[in-house]
Order: sequence, then structure tokens, then C-alpha cells
Amino acid sequence: MIPAPFTYLRVGSVQEALDALAEYGDDAKLLAGGHSLIPLMKYRLATPKVLIDISGIAELSGVTFEGDSLVIGAATRHAIVEHSPVVKEHCRLLAYTASLVGDPQVRNRGTIGGSVAHGDSASDLPVSLLAMDAQFTAQGRNGTRTIAAADFFVGFWQTALTPNEVLINIKVPLAKQRWSYQKFTIRSQDWATVSSAVYGNAVALGAMADIPIRARDVESALLQGADISQAALLADHNTSPSSDTRASSDYRRHLARVLTEDGLREALARN
Amino acid sequence: MSLVGARVLRKEDPRLLTGRATFVDDLLPANCTFAQFIVSEHAHADIRHIDISQALQIPGVLGVWTALDFRDYPDLPGGLPDLERPPLATGRVRWAGEPIAVVVAEDRYIAADAVAAVKIDYNVLPAVSTIRAALAPDAQLLFPQHGSNCLVTVPMLDDLDRAMEACDERAQLRVVNQRCAVVPIETMACLADWNIDGLTMWATFQAPHHLRNKVSAWLNIPQNQCRIITPNVGGGFGAKIVFAPEFFIMPLLSKWVGRPVKFSQSRTEAMLQMTHGRDQEHDLEVGFDRNGRIKALRMVVTQNLGAYADPTGLGLPVLTNWMAGGCYKIAKVQTAFRCVVTNTTPVAAYRGAGRPEATYAVERLVDLVARRTGIDPVEVRRRNFIEPQDFPYETHNKAVIYDSGNFPALMDECVRLLDYETERKRQEAFRNDSSKPLIGIGFSTWIEIAGFGPNGSLEGFGHLASWESTQIRIHPDGSATIFIGSAPHGQGTETIVSQIASDELGISFDRINIVYGDTGTVIQGIGTLGSRSTPMVGSATKVASQRLLERAKKIAGHLLEASEDDLVVADDSFSVRGTPGKKVGWADVALASFQPLRLPPELQAGTLEERLFHESPNFSYPSGAYGCVVEIDRRSGKVRVAKMVLIDDCGTVINPLLAEGQVHGGVAQGIAQALFEEMQYDPSTGQPITSNLIDYLIPSAPDLPNYIAGRVNTPCPNNPLGAKGIGESGAIGSPPAVVNAIVDALSHFGVEHIDMPVLPEKVWKVLSTATKGST
Repeated sequence: MIPAPFTYLRVGSVQEALDALAEYGDDAKLLAGGHSLIPLMKYRLATPKVLIDISGIAELSGVTFEGDSLVIGAATRHAIVEHSPVVKEHCRLLAYTASLVGDPQVRNRGTIGGSVAHGDSASDLPVSLLAMDAQFTAQGRNGTRTIAAADFFVGFWQTALTPNEVLINIKVPLAKQRWSYQKFTIRSQDWATVSSAVYGNAVALGAMADIPIRARDVESALLQGADISQAALLADHNTSPSSDTRASSDYRRHLARVLTEDGLREALARN
Repeated sequence: MSLVGARVLRKEDPRLLTGRATFVDDLLPANCTFAQFIVSEHAHADIRHIDISQALQIPGVLGVWTALDFRDYPDLPGGLPDLERPPLATGRVRWAGEPIAVVVAEDRYIAADAVAAVKIDYNVLPAVSTIRAALAPDAQLLFPQHGSNCLVTVPMLDDLDRAMEACDERAQLRVVNQRCAVVPIETMACLADWNIDGLTMWATFQAPHHLRNKVSAWLNIPQNQCRIITPNVGGGFGAKIVFAPEFFIMPLLSKWVGRPVKFSQSRTEAMLQMTHGRDQEHDLEVGFDRNGRIKALRMVVTQNLGAYADPTGLGLPVLTNWMAGGCYKIAKVQTAFRCVVTNTTPVAAYRGAGRPEATYAVERLVDLVARRTGIDPVEVRRRNFIEPQDFPYETHNKAVIYDSGNFPALMDECVRLLDYETERKRQEAFRNDSSKPLIGIGFSTWIEIAGFGPNGSLEGFGHLASWESTQIRIHPDGSATIFIGSAPHGQGTETIVSQIASDELGISFDRINIVYGDTGTVIQGIGTLGSRSTPMVGSATKVASQRLLERAKKIAGHLLEASEDDLVVADDSFSVRGTPGKKVGWADVALASFQPLRLPPELQAGTLEERLFHESPNFSYPSGAYGCVVEIDRRSGKVRVAKMVLIDDCGTVINPLLAEGQVHGGVAQGIAQALFEEMQYDPSTGQPITSNLIDYLIPSAPDLPNYIAGRVNTPCPNNPLGAKGIGESGAIGSPPAVVNAIVDALSHFGVEHIDMPVLPEKVWKVLSTATKGST
């Protein structure tokens, strides 16, 4: 329960973070809220030699507008996203999803960027951001690039971010869409056993594969005029849920159908 | 005004709630060093070689020790002859997490690095992690010299078949009482400082003198040079009366490095190294007539001991067998048990320790009888209850004589507060409405065994005796300090004992303080376990207070020139009955007690000190009726406890606030066992797969209902307080109420039993099978 030795660096700007990443390369890890990384380090499942703390970088924190997008700084704490009047007005799905992350202590420390960069399919925010087609801005030594949500999550705890990039912000569309986030847990405060986000005509699922995924068959069925209960039956198509102590793969498939149906109905009712 | 019976706020709260309480890990003496175990990564293996060379080269590492270094010391106390647990694994490891070596370093970080640097070469053996695997004909043996993984077998004393055959109906049931982790908030910790004056060890433990007796014997040092201090302790639930290796190893390490050594477990270490609870399988049979009257009951318990036979672990099935008949008048009860070792963490006492398992078995059986006869489960209970006039009631086991109780009154109150008829109507109305959850109603009427205990009862578990001690000291200013042999760790015993003493002595509550948990200051003690503190040390204090007061009255009478028989004591003073204004303060009486010139001739200075070892002629038998309403989501199978009614009979209630708190916590653990918790192992490798609080599902407040509590009071006839104890009741009575409610909700699908924990998927499987069957 004690991490392997490491060096701690606190940086004040994105440029300093990039310089540090360039210097230490694969030995370095970015630290924001620490709620995914620190537990892994305590188990020595992650053994970075250098921790670069970006949580004090002012430019990475806060909520702003840019065109028809809402821009959430990567180091913005969950509690800020949850309670921000701007997010609540323009992106209810995001504020609501943030309110279901962990417990109040976790939400006061954990950050949206840390959550998505960890790339855990059972986390809440990646699922909703995928449904919203969020855009992820990453900055490296050679400039910035934008990664679409559909391309961001690439494998178990793996994202499209390269080791020398810093996630700067996450952009979500301002367009008001019907929405829902359904999260099934066995006990009330937990990671999702399965989750389902609905945003407009998009449906995304958590804990149904290595990465959060879109329920494309549900989406197409709805576009073709299927009713909600029929469409929701397709929720587990092309999924590969795991079996563990909480739920078997079959049960997760069942939950995906149930949550998707509930989510579609709730979203419709909000229309 | 009497304090006994009042909702007095806890004396302990200010220091605990302001973060000023001291726990073992808060202590940091000068030159302190830190120890950590290197534990087995395999469930079952022979150790070929341990390479500590790299660890020793890390700067700040003071040493690494293995079993070889302890070869001159005996195995840990208790257990079975020739099958005892060594302080560190010797040659063979028997569970994943068993300590193999120990490192001491300048700080925790260096210690952790050293642990990672120790290399162990194993010859991995097949692991048996379940009772079934351990008893298979070709099973790998944990103790080859014993010839079997079954260490103990206690067969039926006679044949029950004739009684069973005479019954109209018979039903069989197999139930599993799953393994639970104990999970106290404070994990195991100890700080040993062995210097020229002897050994002082601060330890998180429920029975400091018990530990002192065993550690001093193990180290072969005099007891007066072995001081155990248990400061504030953050929960124990039975796992902190176990002789864990750290309590024996850390003193020696302190001696060897010549500095204090501290050991403190992480949560994951605690999940693997602290003993677990429950883990029994029951084969049950019940014989009954068509009117639901139970005539015969058979219980065969198989106890999973884990990797070693802990002395309290061996006691669990004994207690389960004792309590097999529950609160029912059953003509013939026959029991048997056997104890099996497996490649898992050793099993020992956990809140209730054998009684929750018995209660669960008999309460499931009673519901099965109700089902088979078509008679309401409340009515079946009423037809079989031991009646109030039947006490004292001799059970099938001569060690167990129920002293008091009123089960019909408990049942009536439970039914009333549950609003039973309304809930049955709601159940009926919802059953055929697919938009509504399935409703289930379950009961558990139970009796347990507490107040451990009569002479001889704790000796079997290795204790010195079964009494409990109190020592009251009046200071010259009339304030009082009471030294108690109990070692509370969250129960609020300081408050309880102060209330009792205040009522008896007439000294105000705030001028009494309680000292415990230190073998250097408390004369002798047994400890806090088996729901014994209030009936035992509370009774001791009541009687000792009365004896001390007799002498105080002699002094007061002498000072007032009044007959001691005319004195009344209250509000820190003695006054003469019928003569207003003629009074003397406790402070002056106390002062006089140290001034020979002011004492009556028959008394000597220092007379206001009283000690008493309270012995009890019997156990106490708390009882209750719990009712539960569950709502089951038809699509996910998720169970929600919608209503929980708790009627307790713990005899005299000293403090209703604390009694409720004990029940609330116990019921939380009971609901947790019913719905969430199970310590699981990979069946092929024996690796634990629920060894942290991510995977091991302890619930939190939002997962639990508001409790509706009521009370029936039949005083305990075996102690002067009439108190029965209540520490374990909630955990004993609640699991069957919840499971009975779930089975009731699913009864129309033909479900007669479902094993704990009732996770949503289990219910979903029932529901999906049933739905397929009907369409």
C-alpha cells in the first residue's frame, strides 16, 4: 500500500508540463486529482519514476464558451462540473453524470481530465462524453490536436493520448438535446456495473467492453423508426462485457438492454 | 433522577468526534521503526528458498527475519495439538496472504521497498479453497501428517430417524452462511517497545490482559514486565481477540533492533491477514405436523476453518449447534458438526460468532414449514414459541438454559409496527402489476446467547476465567475513577458504567471517569467480547458501588452525627432523611476517608476503594423479533430493504441511545451479509478475489433503510442489573429476516431458498427462468 519511490514535480503551466514530459519520457506520469493513479501506485501496478502535478495549472481549470461548444478544462474537479450553473444550464447530461462519480470526497478531488485519461470503461464521464461526441484537445511539443470521442478511447485503460501529450480540455456541444444517464450499481456509491447514456439520437454504454462504446444498432434502429423497447433489445449487440464478482457477462447484457430502454424513455420524456 | 434508562450522550464522543482520540498508529515514540510482513503470493506452496540479500542492501533496512529466526519460540497459542499455527510460515504456506518473513526499516516507505525486494522461490501445490474441494477423496492435504483436511468431527449423539419418521411431514434444506471479512475501521496495529525495564506493547485488541497472559508466556517473561495497552480501538467485532502473529513477533523485533517497532496493516493486508467470519454450510432437516408444529430438527454444520484452527474458530460450530433450536419448543433437536481446513484466511469470531449461523438456519426452516403447510409464517412461529411461563427453559444442550423472554409479545409488537396486514395487501396488489416492484415480507424471531459468561465458559477459548473486574477509587475531592477489566472499542462502556455508578454512588456523571485497556493500571480483566460488558462489568460496578457506599455512609454518618441508616445520597452529597439542611458533601466525606482523625474508629484511611470480580451463574439470552419488507425490481432483480422493524429484548436498558446504536450497527452488518458481502476465492488457484473495498462490497448509509425500533423488556434474572447485552443482536437477528422477505417475494415462482449474499443477478436468474417458464 506504499508506492515505489518516485520524484514529485509541481508545474505551473502547460509548457512546463510538456518540458517535464519531454525530459522524463516514459518514466513520467501526469497527476491531477490522483483518484485513479494513486491507488494503482499504492498497489505498485503503476510505478512512474516522476509524477508531474498539473492540478495547479490555472489555464487547465474552469468552464468557458467557445463558439457553439462548452469548454471544460481538463483539471476541472468533478464537483465544479457538477455544480457549475453554466454546465447545468447548457449541458445537463454532463453535470448530472459528474454528480454520480464516486462520493463527495472523490468529486472534490477528482478531475474530468483525469477520469477520461484513465480510460476506464466503468467510469461515468467517458460514457456521457462519448454520447455527446465530445472533442478532446491534446497539446504536445509540436502543437495541439483535437481528438474525437469516438477515437479517444482505444483499449483497456488506454487512450489516444501519447506519453508526451497533455490533455488540455474537453469540448461538448451546446445544442440542447434530450438526454439521460442510467447507472446500475449494486451498492449506491460505486463504479457502474453497466451504464447507458442517451444524448439526442446517440446511445453510449459503459462497462460493456474494454472501452466505452456507442450502441450503434440501437441508434440505427431508432432512426429507422423502431420503437424504444424494440431498439433497446439491440443494446448488447457488438458488445463484449466481462464477468466478475459483481455480474456475469450475460447479466451485463441484460442490464444494458434495460438501462438503454429506461434511458431512451427518460430522454423522450424530457423532450 | 436515575441515569440508568436515560438517553445520556456518550462520554467518549467529544474526543472521538473532534479527532483527539489516540489510536495505536497515532503513537510515534522517538526512534520508532516500522515493520511489514512479506506474505505468500500463493494459496498453497512449499517454500524452496527465501532470498533476503537484496532487501538487506537497501539503506534504512534494519533487518529481515524468517521462521528460522523464531525456531526457539513455540507456535501461536490455541489451536489443535500438532496442528498449531507458527508465527511465520514454516516450510509450507497455506493461504495467499500468510506471513512468511518480516522486515524492519527506518520508515514505512523503506519497509515497503524491502518487502518488494525479498525473493521467494515456491513449489506451488494444488489449492483447496472450498469445503467441497477440501473433502474430495483426492484432495491436497494442508496437514499431511493428519491424513485429512477434516480436523474435527462431532457426530450426532443418538439417532433422530425415529422422531423424524413419526412426523406428518419432513423437509430438508441446505444453506450456506458465506464467509465475511470483518472490516473494522481500524486495521490491526501494534507498537512494541522492549527495553531494559521490560516490554510495553500498545495494541488494537479487545482483551488486553488476555493478550498480556499469552505474550508473556510465549516470550517467557514475567507478567509484571509485560504491559499491554489498548488505547482507543476502532472496532474489533471478534477479530481482535485473535492471537495474530504480529503481537508475538513485534516484541522480539523491538528487542533485536533495540528500538520501538510499529506494525500497522493496510486495508488490503487486513482483508487477507485478519481472521474472517462465518463460512459454514448447513444440512438441515425438520419434521412437523400439518398444523405447522415442529417436532424434530436436525442440524449438521460444516465449518470452514481456513488454513489453521483458531481457538475461537473451533468454537463457532459449537455455538451454532447449541442454538439450533432457536426460540421454539421442539421435542427433539439433534446436532453435529465437523471442521475443515482450506487454503484460505483463518476463520474466527465475527459479531455473533456462531449464533447468526444458527439463527439463520432455524429461521429459514420455520419459513419452510410455513410454506409447506400453507400457514402464515407469523402463525407458525406463534404455534412453536417457547411460552413466557416455560422459563427457565432447558434446551437440547445442557449448557444452554434460556433464562427469560417473551416471544409472543415480541412477535405482536413486530407485526404491529410493521403494519403487517397492510403490507400483505400491498404485496398482493403489486404481484400482478408489472409496473410495481415485487414485495416480500420476512420475519426473524430469535434468541441468542450473550453475557459470556458463567465460570468455565471462556476458559475453553483460552481465557484465564469468565468473570469481569471493576475497581472503584474515590479521590480526596469526591470524584471517582473506575478501573474496568472490559476493553471497550466503540461500545460506549465508559458511559454505561458511569451511569450505573452515578446512580448507586450519588456522584455526578461528570465526576466519574473510566480507565481500561492497560494491564499496568487495571488489576485484571477478561475483555469486551460476547456481548458481555454491560451484564458483567455493569453488574460488577453496581454491586461494588453499593459496597463502597456502605462505608462512605459510615463516614458521612460519623461526620453528621447521624445514623447511617437515615442517610440519603444524591447530587454529590449525603443528607439526613427528614432533617432538611443537615448534609455533607461527597467531597468532604472523601477527604475524611484519607484523614484518620476524622474517621469512625472501625475504618482506616483509604477505605473508599472497592474491587469486585463479578461471576455470573448463567449466560444471558437477548431475544427479539425483526420484520423486513423488501421491494424487488422485476427487471434487474435488485433488492431494496424498504422497511426494517426491530423489536429487541435485552432486559434492562441502561442507555436507549447506545442500545439503539448497537442494534443499528449490527443490523447494518446483517443486511450487508444478506445482500452484499462475500469473501471470494478463485476456485482453481485459491487466490482471493475480493481483497479490497472495491471488490468486497460493504454498503454505505444510502444502501440501508431507516429502522423502526421497539422494545420488550424481560429482565435478566442472572445479574443484579437485569441486563442481557445487545452488542451482537442486530447482526444475529437481521440476515434471516431479509432473506425470508426475499424468498417470500419470489415464493409464487416456487422459490423456497436463495443463498446469501442475494446479489441482483441471483434474483434476476430466478425471475428470468420463471418468466420463460410461464410463457
